[in-house]
Amino acid sequence: MAKTHVTMTVNGQAVEGLVEPRTLLIHFLRENLSLTGAHIGCETSHCGACTVDLDGQSVKSCTVFAVQAQGADIRTIEGMANPDGTLHALQDGFREMHGLQCGFCTPGMILRAYRLLQENPNPTEDEIRMGISGNLCRCTGYQNIVAAIQYAAAKLSAPQEQAA
Amino acid sequence: MIPGTFDYHRPKSVSEAVALLADLGEDARPLAGGHSLIPMMKLRLAVPRALVDLAAIADLRGVRRAGTDIVIGATTTIAELIASAELAVALPIIRETALVIADPQVRARGTIGGNVANGDPGNDLPALMQCLGASYQIAGHAGTREIAARAFYQGAYFTALAPGEVLTGIRIAPPPAGHGWAYEKLKRKVGDYATAAAALVLTMRGGQVASAAIGLTNVGDTPLFAEDAARILTGSALDKATVDRAVAAAEAITSPASDGRGPAEYRTKMAGVMLRRALVRAAARATH
Ligand SMILES: Cc1cc2nc3c(=O)[nH]c(=O)nc-3n(C[C@H](O)[C@H](O)[C@H](O)COP(=O)(O)OP(=O)(O)OC[C@H]3O[C@@H](n4cnc5c(N)ncnc54)[C@H](O)[C@@H]3O)c2cc1C
Ligand code: FES
Ligand code: FES
Repeated sequence: MAKTHVTMTVNGQAVEGLVEPRTLLIHFLRENLSLTGAHIGCETSHCGACTVDLDGQSVKSCTVFAVQAQGADIRTIEGMANPDGTLHALQDGFREMHGLQCGFCTPGMILRAYRLLQENPNPTEDEIRMGISGNLCRCTGYQNIVAAIQYAAAKLSAPQEQAA
Repeated sequence: MIPGTFDYHRPKSVSEAVALLADLGEDARPLAGGHSLIPMMKLRLAVPRALVDLAAIADLRGVRRAGTDIVIGATTTIAELIASAELAVALPIIRETALVIADPQVRARGTIGGNVANGDPGNDLPALMQCLGASYQIAGHAGTREIAARAFYQGAYFTALAPGEVLTGIRIAPPPAGHGWAYEKLKRKVGDYATAAAALVLTMRGGQVASAAIGLTNVGDTPLFAEDAARILTGSALDKATVDRAVAAAEAITSPASDGRGPAEYRTKMAGVMLRRALVRAAARATH
């Protein structure tokens, strides 16, 4: 099968690769780019473990062909930490509030929560629960994931001087 | 799970897409959001030899006015339907329905065109389009045509769309200001397809139903336009006896499958319950 040349920006870096049209974005990220943070859970568009940010939207990268992402701007869990290496408020929140147990769902949860907080910096508990309704967690019962996102929302909207 | 091999095309215009589909023949398919097609390709329920991606065709995306009508471009995503200020005012039932489709990630990719063109009886927008009296604008090699949503669905995954045709837009004449509306969907969990759902638009005059239109989701091989039920309601004050008769008429046209969502008898009754709930909410929203 003829391969297609794709280029995109992943975590701020220009990347390229040769892929078959049928190559899924999750496989391109994990196998071509060795970015194994986004996980493959169900492969059937249900669990959200493969969620990444694509041109300002959360998407399930198991249900997008890499060729569809030609030219796209993508962020994965590997690109979440702050430029100085400190944890992003969401990563910090998941640690502080025990938002994970096995951690399998966490990269997808954090990327989804990242976009949710971009769209709605102060979500209610209900809005958080609806916002992560496309992400399944088999361990936590979600309570601490919601608390982690609330923690991050509060930290991100705190006045600048407190963060400094 | 990796789909079978195919050639990928990314045309920039509708005419280019239609020409490509004509050249490539019956094994080629349009690709929109891919959130029905890619899962089907993984399961080999679909094995297209070529995909014509509609994503780069700017003309197909967005909501615009055409006189008093609203035209929604085929590749407008379900998330964009929710975000549209124009639709929120003129056709609020679209937003209410879109919010109970799947989950945020699926809504970010799935398009209205793919949702209505797929012919999946589980999809929520086809019955809504029947309720709203929408028409589908279609481009093919031979030219363009328009077909009513109420005449479009022929069986599960079987529609009036011919191979090589592209759905370009959906035209809707908004109901008058002050209309009542509701989309009631019973599902087992967030993100699930409907056990049964009802779309309802009505107008009231002097405490009586002046007009009503009803669509039913996932209780037959196709979306169902419940014409008799709507006729029974028209002219009534939504008294219990009339509502009972209308619900019975709606239930009578259903033929759901018995599956994981419940036995057929249950799903038929749930279609009736969804219609009852929709009537209560729509009547409360209508300004008399
Ligand atoms: C986990 C999950 C849950 C879901 N839950 C729901 C739900 O509750 N309710 C619901 O309504 N939907 C649901 N969906 C379906 C989702 O809304 C789909 O995205 C949508 O039905 C198809 O739109 P698409 O743009 O992804 O189409 P695609 O998958 O790209 O295409 C679907 C079919 O339509 C054809 N097609 C697409 N666009 C056109 C066009 N413009 N002209 C001609 N043919 C075209 C394609 O060739 C293909 O055969 C769910 C999907 C998933 C993955
Ligand atoms: S692996 Fe993509 S949704 Fe589960
Ligand atoms: S922490 Fe294990 S699946 Fe969520």
